[in-house]
Amino acid sequence: MMIDRHAHIGESIPLTTPHPTRSTAPARTLLRLLVTGFSLLPAFAIASWDELNMPVGVTDLSAEVHDLHMRIFYVCCVIGVLVFGVMIVSMFLHRKSRGVKPATFHESTKVEIVWTVVPLLILVAMAVPAAKVLIKMEDFSDSEMSIKVTGYQWRWHYDYLDEDIAFYSALDAEQNLARQRGADQALEQFGDTYLREVDNELVVPTGVKIRFLNTAADVIHSWWVPDLALKKDAIPGFINENWATINEPGVYNGKCAELCGRDHGFMPIVVRAVTPEEFKIWADEKRAETLASLESQHDPRDLPTLLAQGESVYGANCSTCHQAEGQGIPGMFPAIAGSDVATGDIDVHVAMVLHGVDGTPMNAWSGALTDAEIAAVVTYQRNAFGNDTGDSVQPLDVRAARSTALNAATEFDMGVTQ
Amino acid sequence: MSTDSSHDGVTHHAPGEHHDHDEHGPAYGMMRWITTTNHKDIGSLYLWFSLIMFFIGGAMALVIRAELFQPGIQIVDPMFFNSMTTMHALVMIFGVVMPAFVGLANWMIPMMIGAPDMALPRLNNWSFWIMPFAFAILLSTLFMDSGGPAGGWTLYPPLSLQMGDSFAFVIFAIHFMGISSVMGSINIVATIFNMRAPGVTFMKMPMFVWTWLITAYLLIATIPVLAGAVTMLLTDRYFGTSFFSAAGGGDPVMFQHIFWFFGHPEVYILILPAFGIISSIIPTFARKPLFGYDSMVYATASIAFLSFIVWAHHMFTTGMPLAGSLFFMMSTMLISVPTGVKVFNWVATMWRGAMTFETPMLFAIGFVIMFTIGGLSGLMLAITPADIQYHDTYFVVAHFHYVLVPGAIYSIMAATYYWIPKWTGNMYDETLGKWHFWISTVFVNVLFFPMHFVGLAGMNRRIPDYSLQFADWNMVASIGAFGFGFSQLLFVWIVIKCVRGGKKATSEVWEGARGLEWTVPSPAPYHTFETAPDISKYAVR
Repeated sequence: MMIDRHAHIGESIPLTTPHPTRSTAPARTLLRLLVTGFSLLPAFAIASWDELNMPVGVTDLSAEVHDLHMRIFYVCCVIGVLVFGVMIVSMFLHRKSRGVKPATFHESTKVEIVWTVVPLLILVAMAVPAAKVLIKMEDFSDSEMSIKVTGYQWRWHYDYLDEDIAFYSALDAEQNLARQRGADQALEQFGDTYLREVDNELVVPTGVKIRFLNTAADVIHSWWVPDLALKKDAIPGFINENWATINEPGVYNGKCAELCGRDHGFMPIVVRAVTPEEFKIWADEKRAETLASLESQHDPRDLPTLLAQGESVYGANCSTCHQAEGQGIPGMFPAIAGSDVATGDIDVHVAMVLHGVDGTPMNAWSGALTDAEIAAVVTYQRNAFGNDTGDSVQPLDVRAARSTALNAATEFDMGVTQ
Repeated sequence: MSTDSSHDGVTHHAPGEHHDHDEHGPAYGMMRWITTTNHKDIGSLYLWFSLIMFFIGGAMALVIRAELFQPGIQIVDPMFFNSMTTMHALVMIFGVVMPAFVGLANWMIPMMIGAPDMALPRLNNWSFWIMPFAFAILLSTLFMDSGGPAGGWTLYPPLSLQMGDSFAFVIFAIHFMGISSVMGSINIVATIFNMRAPGVTFMKMPMFVWTWLITAYLLIATIPVLAGAVTMLLTDRYFGTSFFSAAGGGDPVMFQHIFWFFGHPEVYILILPAFGIISSIIPTFARKPLFGYDSMVYATASIAFLSFIVWAHHMFTTGMPLAGSLFFMMSTMLISVPTGVKVFNWVATMWRGAMTFETPMLFAIGFVIMFTIGGLSGLMLAITPADIQYHDTYFVVAHFHYVLVPGAIYSIMAATYYWIPKWTGNMYDETLGKWHFWISTVFVNVLFFPMHFVGLAGMNRRIPDYSLQFADWNMVASIGAFGFGFSQLLFVWIVIKCVRGGKKATSEVWEGARGLEWTVPSPAPYHTFETAPDISKYAVR
């Protein structure tokens, strides 16, 4: 079929292109295929133009950044059209097959100066507005609210410095487990929200100049929310500043932009901007909630309660490495199913979760998880995945383990070497 | 004490008289390739090595694109995915583009300047033979328990320090690649300075020789910086230092400064020889001398100089002082001026020429157009406030693949089609060559153009999975990737077919070709220019 077409075009060639050497058949055949291909494009669901371009965003600065982006884009388009236009005209007119004689000119200082100076002027015209926006971006004065953003592998911690509110934010636990159990299931279950939902959204007020202080606990992350035109690296040992005044209430998605290990792609950010009044209500509720859970966190619980909470803590924090079914990844992350730790001494198990294991990716969770959460997740690990030890750990046990940290950690090291 | 040979009966040849070279021909069998000090043999070794690595690195790219064909994790573990992105970059940069350019330099520079061989032939042998071992070590890490390097080719700490014990092997391999590159560069500098035929002054050298001379200096200046950076990583990992660990008083951002002080000139190492190739090919097929030779030389030198003062534009989101951001924004924008001069000069060379469009010319024109697209998106990336949105997204991926694939790789393809008749003595199959160009060009754009869109719309780099909003264009890009990847098999077939036979090539090969390489027979004899050519008879450029 294709060869037939080829031959057909080949016959018509002598009329249009008296090419001295060879036919341009491949170009023509491909052109036909391309035209056919593009005519099918409308059938292919193309998202609207907005979804193909940088968002204008919801801050004054993000709109200015978008403006700069479009401006430099148009400049590039004009340069491209001019350069490619001259090339195409030249390729059409100045071909040997048209019987032209090549010219012999090969230098002109005048032209060289022109095409050095003109681009320089264009650059100056671009650099001035860009510098202005940059200067505004770096002006952190008069901020009315500060939020410390800490990157962890692989979740965020938000600390409202003046509000007495702090919490972790990770990919929604259900999505996290579902994606590990199989892509098809996860995509079907969550559809458009897949990888765009977190367990705790960052709630912020509109119309307030918010200063974000980015840092990290393990490796370098980067906190990026396109609608706010904010992207700044979160670097261990450094604090980077960033700011935004959000104009419109809404939900703005973002993600970690700097490669941070295995689950770099599963570290979404969700910012919910609400009116200052709504924010105040939310903040009060959040504080009350935190207080309540702190007060009740050491209450004893029965096994089913521990297991239920443990499963969600596991899904949000542990499953990333140890996997949804506790099977781990051989050579990288040890299994929990049938492991010596999860079926052996409870104290060693708790100590390991609290303090991590030096020289491995196993973090210390003593800061990230509460006593109740650690009790729940340890209980879950000791009963799930066929471990079936029947053990349960109470929050008070974990609190006791924290105070005997040193001993337990030492014991654990010995446990490993043995 | 040596005797004057005129006294012991040896017949003397007058300069330029043809020698009987039978006794100087290549040895037979494997040992020819292992012990060879001949620049043409070593050039071929580099080029074949590069071709093999092109398919290994390409296979890795296809793993990446297969995983990204649809949202969700279907094929590989995210950790292995990260290994693939890391290794793909290391292999393509150090194993494909750089060795291919060194191979072309080996083959062509001595012939272009009328030298009998490279200045340091044994060093030349060694430079090449380090490479297969370095890459065997690098690739072997994929089969180790801890997996290959997965922290990105930029090896940013602290992430790279989390790697398993394959880390030491990766560092070792990088050191060896570096040693190979530095030795190769010293050889090229020594050759160009000392081996030019009488009368081949600097301003008569072909552009390819000029761009390689400048590239060699970039390599000599920057590879030791990379070596220093990775050695510090090694001591941080195994010997308790804390150069890059904040907890020990070090600075993780310092690594990025050191790395990109190497990394940005490296970008030009990957493109300056391409500029030289294109500056040779376009005049040939336009049948008109290169426009603005002098300004081309100065532009190349300016690009090389500027490449040392723009490195932090890779780091606009790390939180540098305002003055730093402004400086690096302006210096980066400035680099587009000499680059623009080059593009304009190529277009002016085409203007009022008498062009034909054989495969090398097609690839060269493809280079100019698509490299310019990559250059223009580079100009966009220079605008710091906008870069904060572009940084670490697929927009950046699209940008550097436009300059490296239809840029650097196309120039290597163009060079192969252009000079292969000189290497083999046979013409390649022109029809197949054109098919190769057109199929590659369609697919390479299907592959990389949509990446601009998904990047602007918010898809970040180095992720194995993405939300549904990016699904359509990722599928298109993956189709392009497989199309482009498999169409390169056609290139292998064309090369093999040409090596095995075909229409005999003349010495000149191309009607409008100028330069000393076209004055020797095709295929070029094993030894050329044992007596210096009389350049008053030939055009050197």
